[in-house]
Amino acid sequence: MTRSFGHEHPGAMGFLTDATLCIGCKACEVACKQWNELPADGDAALSARSYDNTGDLGATTWRHVAFIERVATDEAPFAWLMLSDVCKHCVHAGCMEACPTGAIVRTEFDSIFIQPDICNGCGYCVPACPFGVPQLDQDDGRVHKCTLCYDRLRGGLQPACATACPTDSILFGPVTELRSIGRSRVESLKERGVQKASLYGDTSLGGTNGIGGLNAMFVLNDEPELFNLPAAPSLPQRTTGPAFLATLLSGACFALLGAAAFRATKRGED
Amino acid sequence: MPGLGARLGRGGATTFLQNLAESDCVVVMGSNMAENHPVGFRFVVEARERGGTVVHVDPRFTRTSALADLHLPIRAGSDLVLLGALISAVIERGLFNREYVLHYTNAAALVGDAFQDTDDLHGLFSGYREGERAYDTSSWALAGNRGSGHSQAIDAESYEQRAGETNVEEDPSLTHLRCVFQVLRRHFARYTPESVQRVCGIDPDQFERLLSAITANSTPERTTTFCYSVAWTQHTTGTQMIGACAILQLLLGNIGRPGGGIMALRGHATIQGSTDIPTLFNLLPGYLPMPAADRPHASLANYLADVTTETGWWHHAPAYMVSLLKAYYGERATPNNGFGYGWLPQIEGDYSFQQMTLMMDRGVIQGLFCMGQNPAVGGLNAKLARRGLSRLRWLVVRDAFEIESANFWKDGPEVAEGSLRPEEIPTEVFLLPAALTAEKDGSYTNTQRLIQWHDRAVPPPGEATSEAWFVHRLARLLRERYADDDSPRAAQLQALEWTYPTLPDGEPNLERVLLEINGVHLASGQPVTGFGELRDDGSTACGCWIYSGIMPATDRNRARERAASGRASLGWGYAWPADRRILYNRASARPDGTPWSERKAWIWWDIERGRWIGHDIPDFPSAKPPEYRPGAGATGVTAHRGDAPFLMLADGRAQLFVASALRDGPLPTHYEPWESPVANELYPDQLRNPVARELSDPGNPYQPLQDPRFPHVLTTYRLTEHHTAGGMSRFVPWLAELQPEGFAELDSVLADRVGIDNGGWIAISTPRGEIVTRALVTDRLQPLSIGGRTIHQVGLPWHFGFGGIATGAIANDLTSLVEDPNSLIHEGKAMTCSVRRASFSATRVAMDGTRDWNEGR
Amino acid sequence: MQPRVLRLFRRHVGFNPNPISARSRAIVPRTTGADVTVSVCPYCAVGCSQLVYTKQGRVIDVEGNPASPINAGTLCPKGAATRGLLQSPLRIAELLYRRPFGTAWEHKPLAWAMDRIADLVKETRDNTWQERDEQGRRVNRTLGIGHLGGATLDNEENYLIKKLFTAGLGIVAVENQARI
Repeated sequence: MTRSFGHEHPGAMGFLTDATLCIGCKACEVACKQWNELPADGDAALSARSYDNTGDLGATTWRHVAFIERVATDEAPFAWLMLSDVCKHCVHAGCMEACPTGAIVRTEFDSIFIQPDICNGCGYCVPACPFGVPQLDQDDGRVHKCTLCYDRLRGGLQPACATACPTDSILFGPVTELRSIGRSRVESLKERGVQKASLYGDTSLGGTNGIGGLNAMFVLNDEPELFNLPAAPSLPQRTTGPAFLATLLSGACFALLGAAAFRATKRGED
Repeated sequence: MPGLGARLGRGGATTFLQNLAESDCVVVMGSNMAENHPVGFRFVVEARERGGTVVHVDPRFTRTSALADLHLPIRAGSDLVLLGALISAVIERGLFNREYVLHYTNAAALVGDAFQDTDDLHGLFSGYREGERAYDTSSWALAGNRGSGHSQAIDAESYEQRAGETNVEEDPSLTHLRCVFQVLRRHFARYTPESVQRVCGIDPDQFERLLSAITANSTPERTTTFCYSVAWTQHTTGTQMIGACAILQLLLGNIGRPGGGIMALRGHATIQGSTDIPTLFNLLPGYLPMPAADRPHASLANYLADVTTETGWWHHAPAYMVSLLKAYYGERATPNNGFGYGWLPQIEGDYSFQQMTLMMDRGVIQGLFCMGQNPAVGGLNAKLARRGLSRLRWLVVRDAFEIESANFWKDGPEVAEGSLRPEEIPTEVFLLPAALTAEKDGSYTNTQRLIQWHDRAVPPPGEATSEAWFVHRLARLLRERYADDDSPRAAQLQALEWTYPTLPDGEPNLERVLLEINGVHLASGQPVTGFGELRDDGSTACGCWIYSGIMPATDRNRARERAASGRASLGWGYAWPADRRILYNRASARPDGTPWSERKAWIWWDIERGRWIGHDIPDFPSAKPPEYRPGAGATGVTAHRGDAPFLMLADGRAQLFVASALRDGPLPTHYEPWESPVANELYPDQLRNPVARELSDPGNPYQPLQDPRFPHVLTTYRLTEHHTAGGMSRFVPWLAELQPEGFAELDSVLADRVGIDNGGWIAISTPRGEIVTRALVTDRLQPLSIGGRTIHQVGLPWHFGFGGIATGAIANDLTSLVEDPNSLIHEGKAMTCSVRRASFSATRVAMDGTRDWNEGR
Repeated sequence: MQPRVLRLFRRHVGFNPNPISARSRAIVPRTTGADVTVSVCPYCAVGCSQLVYTKQGRVIDVEGNPASPINAGTLCPKGAATRGLLQSPLRIAELLYRRPFGTAWEHKPLAWAMDRIADLVKETRDNTWQERDEQGRRVNRTLGIGHLGGATLDNEENYLIKKLFTAGLGIVAVENQARI
């Protein structure tokens, strides 16, 4: 994968994060915090959850490496799985749809960017994300998440995490290219006997659930839930949609009824 | 490391990191490479993606194991049995590269009649002197040897060895009972897959998988690399473990070839450089031994007679030593005064790091400089190290943070528990703020001998200065104080050549220092372009001969060059010696000079041009033809044949059998760690390395043999998220949050047995003391079955201390002072301990400061 | 390929396309226009090349050098935290002094401390100097002073330390982390 790209006509850019190449070094976490000037926010104490002491993605942790000590079974030996999680930059982004202020925009790189100067911290986007990515920062009262290093992209640089990743577990590039790399990677993993290999976030993931694919995809070597990724994510809006329609419908009914009553009253006045 | 130096001629890694990608099999053993060298490990991942096999042998399942095709859990400290069994299987099953072994090693040489092996002497070699716990190595000599210029063993901790003998009797059929090959074969015969199972806890199936992965990938078409680190060096048999790996790789014909060799992984930015240009007690720059009063070193002539060999590269030692003396003492070094040799101090015994702990504790050392090292945490038997610090008259610490070694008198555990009061500690302490890498000029030598210059990007903050500034300033202040003194001790300092130009802020010009290291022709002032120009007549000065060529012109600093090209990345930095990237690369070609295979071609003999050409700088006289045979009386490298790739050594051949350079035997032998829960299966009469150095002191008690009070194996290690004793990581918020607190890892069976919950508190004890830390209960550790007994292994990261943001108990409070007899390195990787459940609520250090910092910017 | 109107709709859900703020429009990497210095990672011995970006004498970014054949722009978490090392809130920038039997740090001028250190070195050296050992062999050394460290310093500094301490002052207990 090239480490630079022409940014005049970028098209959709994204990540391909490969669990089978991750050594759990957390360079992505630190490189992200360094570039984006995010504070250390972990607990001061040992979590005792394998080597994960930063817990989850949050307002000031935009890359997070999950560590899963998969117990040995009859089918598979013990394994230590690692995966760097990040904002998925959804094709249909729940956060953006929920944002009432217009702070959340889709950039020319097809990434989802929260404009900090517009965000008022209402937090509507927080529950609207099926992955729990955007979080409210109690300190500055705004919501933050991965920007796909929008500033770096504007300058022709790769995102900080992909730049730092020593083993190319995190690739950055055009989504179409990454998707085809991811698909062939999954195929070759299956040939090597990794039966549960999958490309999480491939377009097949969307469609039914309204997300329409992820611009940040993941090559997984086990079930998504094991990595704390929902197996069938869906936009909260898609479930609220029918209710919204019902509301509209009943509103219309009431309006009609009201109108009828008004006319009746009017007629009575006549 | 002497493990490689004794057998190959140089202690440095034989290959370079990028070349790991060309390996068909990478065995990581004695190292947790993915965690401690993540960026180097990317080439291992690349090798695997190209279809190669990756094997990790380690007591724990680590982040390296997670990416390996095969992980073999091993009992800490038993590595030599596994390596020995691989050696034995390779020999017995005929899997070795006969052509390579015959031409490039001393396999055919005959061992003298007087030699007796450990098989004959119940685990001892001939020549053991019981009272001295030392060997007289004379009986190890090869037959017919007419002398190599040495009357006795060279200082074995010299990291570049002058081993090897010439003019020995040989048996090219490799069948003579006393030939090295047959001696080797008999020596390792008892190292069987069954013994591997009983001693290491690795079952025979797994052993066969490892063996076939290695041997299937060690052919003319394919190569295997071994990567090791301090998990081999930190044993009382560490040198011999590494030596066993060298023997295996030589038998398989992997040394000197692309994708082959031994990658020694070092853990500090210039730990290689600080060994090459040593801040070590027993070495002078370029692996010249430090003059020693208990050796025949009274005069320069005596010294040179001792260190110069008739054949092999060390024939040139006089040019290097005289040039060093000229660099040290300038015009005051003349032929009439032995070039000032008499001003050099002489050592007498062992003043290594571990001994220094006792020297401080006993009041011998009264004042200490501590520059970027943290002995209060990183010192072995750290409690004793802190006591040593508290008995000093004065202590100068130069660091970027208030590390434990600077504030032990205030915040140390002894003060906290009340056993020591600041009012009772006499030490006068200076904590001088130090500049960091980006704040100063200078060069580092990385793990692959590659020297890279770094430019100052910003000035250091406040009063912070570089070590160069400090040393330069101190030199001038002391010269003033000794100016009117005519004592011999004043003469020593007055003789020193110290005329470095300074930059406006008082920092000395380090490129001027690099020029001195490179060497100059004194008449013209012009730099030498390589060590071949150095002379023993005082016409050249050179601070470190192996770095010669790094500054071939006053305006050209090759460590600063950044134009990599080709498979060897030539043009990026400068690798010693003479910019060669794979050492002994003459062995990448067959004896006749043609590549072993097209796929593994690296350098080869070009008949038309009459020289060695290829992808690298030849580590061989570039015009010496493969069929060259030396005439009688030839000296130096001229005495080597055209098919002798190991040019540092007297006969140009790798030493499967090391006749004189090692203190604990010519062949690697398994002894149990100094503290082991089991007996020595292989040599029941010799539990421990018979010549390992004990440091006897009431403050340094050892475990009585197989003491049932300490039934578990304890091993220490590093984590990706921290660095060594923590001085550069526990004080950095972004790193501290990733591993915020000390912990110990243990398997769930042991945890259940002693009632320890994951995340709960655990007390770990050794005869040196007890620490209380958090428990991480994990399946990554599994109990091993060793000789019918279940052995549990407890893992303990050693980064933590009481200072900084990420804190924890000091692991080294549990380790002991005990030395490998060759390298003088301690045994941090295998000891015994007991564990129990503890109730303890530590005061946790809040990380609030990190937010202030981020907001304050 | 989706029709243009559909793409527009996807990009801008709702009736009013979300506004791109002036700030967002002007975003560029903060390293734009910064000075770049080629450096080496201070941590392990892999020798990753780093680019140190500075503005007005202050480090604003440290990242891997993409030209390096070793790290190709990558870094591990420690290397990626190099700016955090340089700018840690716990970093000391002033000399701290602890007098014998003292209970707290004191601030002292650097020049005073250097003079004091030189005096102590001379005093200890003079008191412990051995021109000859018990057997009368010339040794020209002091065991009274020791030195630790070197593996994290520059090669040139190692050279100067060995030269001054051993060849100039006869200090022989000079050791670094190579044996750890």
